[in-house]
Amino acid sequence: MRWMWIDRVVELIPREKLVAIKGVSLAEEHLHDHFPATSDRPATPIMPMSLIVEGMAQTAGVLVGHAEAFREKVVLAKVSKAELSEDAVPGDQLRYTATIESMTDMGASTKGVIELIRYEGGAPGEPREIGRVDLMFSHLDNNMGGVEFPEHNFVFGESFRTLLRSSGVEIPA
Amino acid sequence: MTRDEIFDSVREVLVDALAVDDDEVTPEAKLIADLGAESIDILDISFKLEQAFGFKIAQGELFPEGVTQDPEFVEGGKVTDKGLEELKGRLPHFDFTSLEADRSVGNVANIFTVDALVDFCERKLQTAA
Repeated sequence: MRWMWIDRVVELIPREKLVAIKGVSLAEEHLHDHFPATSDRPATPIMPMSLIVEGMAQTAGVLVGHAEAFREKVVLAKVSKAELSEDAVPGDQLRYTATIESMTDMGASTKGVIELIRYEGGAPGEPREIGRVDLMFSHLDNNMGGVEFPEHNFVFGESFRTLLRSSGVEIPA
Repeated sequence: MTRDEIFDSVREVLVDALAVDDDEVTPEAKLIADLGAESIDILDISFKLEQAFGFKIAQGELFPEGVTQDPEFVEGGKVTDKGLEELKGRLPHFDFTSLEADRSVGNVANIFTVDALVDFCERKLQTAA
């Protein structure tokens, strides 16, 4: 399984805002363990909230990485706030909107809103907000006081490039 | 802005950034030892202070960078005279009394108190005025 928790970038305003979507699918193995049937309830597949936070981290991380043409190794350094009020289940679509609040050479802080789109009565419902996730990212090379990292950018690897390319986002050379 | 008002805003920033309670943020509280701040929190606090007060904080302006890794400034785990002068020059908002008494590198973080942060903001606001 690839560690990709967004399927597509649908909007990008460089250095400002990125919107990504994710379809929750029963093909995701972990949904069958989260949660399996027990003697008193049927199987209840629910997307783990930690992975919703990861989806926002990827959304915001791509936004922060794109700002410096993916030259920086951008790593999630802190979950400042994570509030989720509703479960996402197979068939739902999650819509992550990340905005940059502050950014320097050292890192960035982002704000994020998560919306849920669910089919109701045979048609997709209006997106409704189900949570907020605020994050801090660190530019690794500027923060580790001389610690050496591999030359290649191990944060934004080929999978992310594929995601951006298939979303029609231009990847800076 | 009075010092009390600055303190209130700094407290709000620290409660938000470090998930501590209001009453833990006393003037004497040490950011790292008492309030559990880590390096990324310093950047977070710096961003939040910029938003709260409307000034800009340059890299290394709030808390020293590189000084404790420099062999000229630290020898045998102790801050040298030159290192101490360097820190004082870069960080006029800190009270260095405790570091002067115990020069251990590990003690450098202890000068970073809530009071020092309030001093820092007060100075920045005066410069901006």
